[in-house]
Amino acid sequence: MTDQKPLLSVRDIKVYFNLDEGTVKSVDGVSFDAYEGQVLGIVGESGCGKSVTMKSILRIVEPPGKIMEGQVLLSKRDHPDEYLDLTSMNEKGKEIRAVRGGEIALIPQEPMAAFSPVHTIGNQIIEAIMLHCDVNKKEAREICIQSLKSVGMSMPEKRVDSYSWQLSGGLRQRAIIAMAIAGNPRLLIADEPTTAIDVTTQAQILKLLKDLQRERGMSILFITHDLGVIAQMAQYVVVMYLGRVMEKGPVDSIFHDPKHPYTQALLRSIPSAQKTTKIKLPTISGSIPHPFNKPKGCPFHPRCAYAIKGKCNVNLPSEYIVGDQQYVSCFRYEKSEVNIR
Amino acid sequence: MTENKGSSYKENPITLIPDKEVSEEFSSTASEEKVSVASNWKLVWWRYRKNRLAVVSLFLLFFVLTIIIFPDFYANQYSEKTNAREAYIPIQKIHFLRDGKVDMWAEKLVGKRNMKTLAMEWVSDPAQPVDIKFFGKGFQWKFLFWKTERHLIVPVDTSERIFILGSDRMGRDQWSRLMYATKTSLTVGMVSVLISVLLGVLLGGISGYFGGTADMIIQRLIEILNSVPYVPIWMAMTAALPRDWSSEQRFFAITVILSLLGWTTLGREVRGKFLSIREEDYVLAAELIGCSKFRIITSHMVPTFLSHIIATGTLMIPQMIVNETSLSFLGLGLRPPAISYGVMLQEAQNVKTMAQAPWLMIPGLVVVITVLMFNLAGDGLRDAADPYSK
Amino acid sequence: MASYIAKRLLVIPLLLLVFSIVIFFLIQAPPGDFMTTYSAILAGSGSSMDNEQLNLMRVDYGLDKPMHIQYFRWMGKLLHGDMGLSLLYMLPNTKLIGDRIGLTVLLAFFSFILSWLIAIPAGIFSATHKNSIGDYFFTVINYIGVAIPNFFLALLLMWICYDLWGLNLVGLFSPKYEMAPWSWAKIGDLLSHIWLPSLILALGGSARLTRIMRANLLDELGKPYMITGRAKGMSEWALVMKYPVRLAINPLVSTIGNYIPQLFSGSLVVATVMNLQNIGPLLLQALSMQDMYLSGSILLVYCLLAIVGTILSDMLLVWVDPRIRME
Ligand SMILES: Nc1ncnc2c1ncn2[C@@H]1O[C@H](COP(=O)(O)OP(=O)(O)OP(=O)(O)O)[C@@H](O)[C@H]1O
Ligand code: SF4
Ligand SMILES: [Mg+2]
Repeated sequence: MTDQKPLLSVRDIKVYFNLDEGTVKSVDGVSFDAYEGQVLGIVGESGCGKSVTMKSILRIVEPPGKIMEGQVLLSKRDHPDEYLDLTSMNEKGKEIRAVRGGEIALIPQEPMAAFSPVHTIGNQIIEAIMLHCDVNKKEAREICIQSLKSVGMSMPEKRVDSYSWQLSGGLRQRAIIAMAIAGNPRLLIADEPTTAIDVTTQAQILKLLKDLQRERGMSILFITHDLGVIAQMAQYVVVMYLGRVMEKGPVDSIFHDPKHPYTQALLRSIPSAQKTTKIKLPTISGSIPHPFNKPKGCPFHPRCAYAIKGKCNVNLPSEYIVGDQQYVSCFRYEKSEVNIR
Repeated sequence: MTENKGSSYKENPITLIPDKEVSEEFSSTASEEKVSVASNWKLVWWRYRKNRLAVVSLFLLFFVLTIIIFPDFYANQYSEKTNAREAYIPIQKIHFLRDGKVDMWAEKLVGKRNMKTLAMEWVSDPAQPVDIKFFGKGFQWKFLFWKTERHLIVPVDTSERIFILGSDRMGRDQWSRLMYATKTSLTVGMVSVLISVLLGVLLGGISGYFGGTADMIIQRLIEILNSVPYVPIWMAMTAALPRDWSSEQRFFAITVILSLLGWTTLGREVRGKFLSIREEDYVLAAELIGCSKFRIITSHMVPTFLSHIIATGTLMIPQMIVNETSLSFLGLGLRPPAISYGVMLQEAQNVKTMAQAPWLMIPGLVVVITVLMFNLAGDGLRDAADPYSK
Repeated sequence: MASYIAKRLLVIPLLLLVFSIVIFFLIQAPPGDFMTTYSAILAGSGSSMDNEQLNLMRVDYGLDKPMHIQYFRWMGKLLHGDMGLSLLYMLPNTKLIGDRIGLTVLLAFFSFILSWLIAIPAGIFSATHKNSIGDYFFTVINYIGVAIPNFFLALLLMWICYDLWGLNLVGLFSPKYEMAPWSWAKIGDLLSHIWLPSLILALGGSARLTRIMRANLLDELGKPYMITGRAKGMSEWALVMKYPVRLAINPLVSTIGNYIPQLFSGSLVVATVMNLQNIGPLLLQALSMQDMYLSGSILLVYCLLAIVGTILSDMLLVWVDPRIRME
């Protein structure tokens, strides 16, 4: 995998929201690579900037938000060695619009309101198809029905003319997935696709995503709070905290040999099937600081047990390699960097 | 699920650190604490204060209120003082400086009859100054038991007349009449809104609190009233008033007529509020500890949306002013000798008169400004009262 | 859906019955009757009528009967499509009103269309260019539009046109066509006159609509389906026009019900000021002359028009919003 070129490369991206009350540094230097055919999981507490990072990839961050620095590179479909710089494109231009939905599709976070309630889902999916494929309306409708079928929706010919609020949560999520894959994208961003869905349906949706990924050789950026889902789905994991990447690495390394104090704490807080003793689950102490008052230095230092006074609260740690493909942003590993490359 | 066996964190468990730093740094600041203890009304005022236009409007409205209370002070002539020879006098120019010194005077207007059209033509003559001053003496007026002759602005020589805003067909002074019109029109507007609000709160409250049949009847009534055009009905109602009624009787009748149809919007809103509040915990709590229904309504429910009612009421006043003005203008509202904006505007009913004496339209301009002030103040109040319902 | 419409339509006769009673009560409330006014006018013009003659006429027109008898007679005739005789014009009321009803509806219809044509683009612009100079401009215009009474706006415009160009903007037809039978030329003439009163009437309404549209649209622009649309690759303009604008218009449609009665109210006032040949000035005349069946009929027609307008708007709402339609 090491010698393979990434499909998408996010490099030190920073997204700030300039509000009257002050600047919210939602994403403050995030880097990761996504490879073809890979499922990349992104985990982090609510508000750590996962959705904003995804929006910045597609260049759809809402107005007060702005990409301050960094690059998002996407390899070209026909020339995988050449890269498109998404950050340099005009936000409203044709180029980036061809990427949205055509190369990178998004399953948005709020499935309840992701469809317009006064247009049929067919109408909205057909629209997506016609934006990226050179077909007429009738053909688009056929494709739409096909893709509804491929996401496991029964009676697609009938459902195509229904409204989103007539569908159950699971069906609606399937419809959204159908819309996302309609443009035949190479990368699918799934922003918490299984929240607000019951557990059984959740498992079905996860299976569907996995199947689609395998069939189409798509890459998926999978965002979630749920480490269990990550373990099940992803090959590579990025752990975020307060707009920064704390640790990233192959899923096995992250789960079995977490290096960053935050990752360790996070893993400790999930219930394990093996543990039968009834001990209280530990939680990470302290609360997430207010976004306006992001701490200086390592963002985790107010809650970190290993914080080094005069260092962690002053300087930002950079990313240190600690294993195969595993990077940690913590001063504890400053000197123990392994040299693999 | 993944098993956490290779757990390096077991050796180095995260110790719970009391995050003093965090709590101090991010605890509410002093101003936030002030907010938390401020009363609802203070909060409303703080939010209102931020809207500069609304503050200016409120300030001007307080000034207008003094006109309503002391119209005689602002006027400088009897409102019905006519003089056929002083008809259609244009706006008189007022100067504040004479020979570089502060001194007020008006240019005298000299009338000449145009021999062709036989109309009077008024020419201003700066060579003949009419001295005027603030707080001088004029006709006597009374406020309660207090008599005075002071007026805001009068000619020094009491036998002179000045026409700050020109005169009408009968040579009556528009400036003075405008003051009385302000009093009448705004009183009609405010009193009819007051009655509407009372009706709206009462009926809406009954509807929302008790529900059932009462609610059904009131709901239907609101629907019926909302589906009729008001002006024709108002016209029929005012036309039905006995002709020999005095100005005062007519005034009250029209005030009531206006409010009879005007309460529906508020009635609906109050009903909605009651319905939503009825579900809230504190009302249930009050019911559980045995408060009477009346007490629950007056001491728990009304205060929570009083500010909202006041805002809605403020926004209704300008509509009522416009309604009264329109009706009176059509000759079906107030009638002379009552003076209201609409009555004054009747003087400007045809195009030729307007072309000859455009100042006759000033009352209309005053209506627009008054309505604007009420709307700005009302909007500000509404935004301040419930900032989350935009 | 069908049962809903049927239900609404069934309410119309019921409402009209209620209105007819209220209206009858109102029109016969003033002391005296048409004969009193009539003889006063005759006396004013020098001639006179003795009491006997007047009483004879009263019997003729049934004005001597008790109130409820008069009401039932009126109702009975109304049910046969007969609105009685105008004592003022000595013509059937049906004809008087029939001649003018078209223009009444047309004026209201034009101003309705105009107010929407103004409000929606203005609202879209204001919301998509929030806090820009254009947004402030529309806000100021809206405040003034709401504050200026219809009749005063009419007066102002009439004055300006007269003062600047010597135009006398009254009536709906040029003198040439006033009495002429209907023809294409006459319709053209009508259209060249009707836009100004329509615009005057529309302004106040459009100011209110613009404000609602702006607020609704700002709300919709923040909805998650916008993210979906952008992520699909739609251009911002197409996206805004297809989804949020469409959704922001729905609540606007629900305001039509209240707007239509207001429109007729306003048209009455403007028509009187500008002397337009619709039923507004006729009502004013009938009321002041106590021509009770004429005023009663006109009032009833106004109520009917408003009710029909309200019901049409309800149906429109059902039609535009599938969420209501499917219930
Ligand atoms: N439109 C906005 N205006 C201001 N701040 C914003 C906006 N959108 C996001 N933010 C800020 O960016 C931060 C990150 O938001 P984001 O939606 O990316 O979180 P998230 O990681 O996706 O959380 P969740 O799991 O709850 O979806 C938040 O703290 C929020 O304050
Ligand atoms: S850098 Fe310091 S504060 Fe941050 S996680 Fe590492 S040890 Fe803790
Ligand atoms: Mg999110």
